[in-house]
Amino acid sequence: MSKIAFLVPLFPLVGFLINGLGRKYLSKTAIGVIGSGVIFCSFVTSCILFQQVCNESCNEQTFHAVVTLFNFIKVDAFTIPFAFQIDQLSVLFLLIITGIGFLIHLYSTAYMKEEESHHFGRYFAYLNLFVFSMLLLVMGANYVIMFIGWEGVGLCSYLLIGYWFKNNQYNYAAKKAFIMNRIGDLGFLLAVFWILFKLGTVNYGDVFSNVAKLSAFDIAAITMLLFVGAMGKSAQIPLYTWLPDAMAGPTPVSALIHAATMVTAGIYMIARSNILFTLAPSTQAIITIVGLATAVFAATIALKQNDIKKVLAYSTVSQLGYMFLGLGVGAYTGAVFHVFTHAFFKALLFLGAGSVIHAMHHEQDIRKMGNLKKYMPITHITFLLGCLAIAGIPPFSGFFSKDEILAAVFTKNPIYYYIAVGGALMTAFYMFRLYTLTFLGQFRGTSEQEHHLHESPYSMTIPLIVLAILSVIAGFIGIPEIFAPDSHWLEHFLAPIFKESTKLAAVHHVDHSQEYLMMGSVTGLVILMILIALILYKKYTIKEDETSWGIGKLLTNKWYIDELYNAIIVNPMNAFAGFCKNTIEKNGIDGIVNGVGKLVSYSSRQLRLLQSGQVASYLLIMILSIVVFFLIWFNDLTIIRFLNNIF
Amino acid sequence: MPIQYYIYFCLALFSIGIIGVLTRRNAIIVFMCIELMLNAVNLLLVAFSKLHHGTALAIDPATTVGTDGQLFVFFIMVVAAAEVSVGLAIIVMMYRNTHSVDINFLNRLKN
Repeated sequence: MSKIAFLVPLFPLVGFLINGLGRKYLSKTAIGVIGSGVIFCSFVTSCILFQQVCNESCNEQTFHAVVTLFNFIKVDAFTIPFAFQIDQLSVLFLLIITGIGFLIHLYSTAYMKEEESHHFGRYFAYLNLFVFSMLLLVMGANYVIMFIGWEGVGLCSYLLIGYWFKNNQYNYAAKKAFIMNRIGDLGFLLAVFWILFKLGTVNYGDVFSNVAKLSAFDIAAITMLLFVGAMGKSAQIPLYTWLPDAMAGPTPVSALIHAATMVTAGIYMIARSNILFTLAPSTQAIITIVGLATAVFAATIALKQNDIKKVLAYSTVSQLGYMFLGLGVGAYTGAVFHVFTHAFFKALLFLGAGSVIHAMHHEQDIRKMGNLKKYMPITHITFLLGCLAIAGIPPFSGFFSKDEILAAVFTKNPIYYYIAVGGALMTAFYMFRLYTLTFLGQFRGTSEQEHHLHESPYSMTIPLIVLAILSVIAGFIGIPEIFAPDSHWLEHFLAPIFKESTKLAAVHHVDHSQEYLMMGSVTGLVILMILIALILYKKYTIKEDETSWGIGKLLTNKWYIDELYNAIIVNPMNAFAGFCKNTIEKNGIDGIVNGVGKLVSYSSRQLRLLQSGQVASYLLIMILSIVVFFLIWFNDLTIIRFLNNIF
Repeated sequence: MPIQYYIYFCLALFSIGIIGVLTRRNAIIVFMCIELMLNAVNLLLVAFSKLHHGTALAIDPATTVGTDGQLFVFFIMVVAAAEVSVGLAIIVMMYRNTHSVDINFLNRLKN
């Protein structure tokens, strides 16, 4: 297909090298221009690719999705090519990554302005490297290339969470994210090895056309392991705790990595391998339950958080749960659709939060905000639009995508549906709690902070406005059938990717009257929740001794999950590591190593005595040695015979 | 004369040389003992060579087999003479520097 595909990841790589190597020599302006410019170039290239895919994919016979650059690994008959898969699914993700990536780079140039120049360069280098890895992840035409990207984004996430490395708390958060991700990565890696072992190839095309060769157990195991990988990367129960802590990084990083792109890698991977998952109903059932549990569980935690970014983080976890719920019930298009819309409104919300934090001089506690709409009109309006989109008010984008997932869940199991709706209502509530506390009511911060409140510069508000527009209209690419027949553009666009799965398990549609009823009642309830939140928190004043009790306390403390993990995993591991360090290493390994050293030095000290400088003693040793040598060389019998011969 | 006598004699000379080298501390005596060992070996070489030559003569009166050992002895003597001159020079230098010919006095390579 396209010859220009390789340019898409190449631009960010070049940007990474320039910014990374030249961070001490380049000015901030140059770094910002290069960092954002390369992503913009990628975005333009992605648009061209998108156009090509749109045009060429009509004809399936001539459509070749795979672009092979070179052989990455070649051993005997087995090859892993370094190839890119440019098809409907990957171009969609390319557009999201490069488009939102560009806006966030632009935003960062203003947000990170106060950093020192070389740290500024480091930041953009990491961000470019992240975009490069993420592009590899979605463009790779086999699981190995995907894994390279998969690890790359994990690394960049670690580097960017710990960007302010002088704060130890942030370093712990970075380590936590990395280790949690590694647990998931192990599952992914094992799945890749399993596929390789059974099929001898990791190319998507070959794997998906040969699934018939796999036994049911193989498929179940592979999908389960892949899902473990997705759990880590996409922050699902039980590996979700890293994502809220990842908010230690700069806010644009949270927007790009921990909301819009990296955390959706798991969804991409499952959507990519949809045929495997369709053939593994048991894994699908687990995905459904995990997704649902995460969606509701994270939503409950978000109800009681007071850190503006933590609320958004738990909301992200919750929305990712919805996506997995969609994947679990086989609504692959719905899940990808939700990734698409979520990327816009969550990036918008995070950037809006960044704008607020910027104006508040790094104050993140929403209890100390309020009435910001007076000072920051653009941030206020765009944030409100984002909240409406995530809450699922029609016709904002979140409504369409969430509704599609919920409808698919309803056809599978109405009980799951009601639980999921409960989660959606909580979403509306906590988002508007956040909105009300931040933008409405009275300002509750210090007067000094109030004095400094200001709207953010254009390079921050322009991305906000663009994302706000996209959050509003993005839903129209997937209007449900009931509003207008054949209007679900996304479903038609992605149909070739999911066609095998659709053949095996078509998603049932609920009848129209039922769907209208569901939409109407959910929307009504969501609006009710929004009103409750507005009324409850409009008159909020800060109380000194705000102690919650019962379930509220439980939620404030995030169900004590971190404490639980600390108690059952982290502390025993620490204790074991301490035992290894103090006992096994100090006494055992150090003993052996030091013992060898001591033995050598002791024996050499003894041997040194031989070198006395006395010529006579050297000679004596020499002669004795020669005698011994002769005795050994000609064993005694030969000597006796020799002597007998002579005498 | 039977070859055994030569062997006993050479063995005795050689042993005296070794013992002298090992036990004496005077550099000149050590040097003389080394010469003694060298000459013991030389003598043995001549003796064996002659023995060999004698056996070969009995078969072929015109043979030269076994004479090269005796030739070697001359070479060894020439080399030994050169070695003696070098060795004595060293001992003289040693005496000039240390006013002693005691080899135990020179147990350090430094200075």
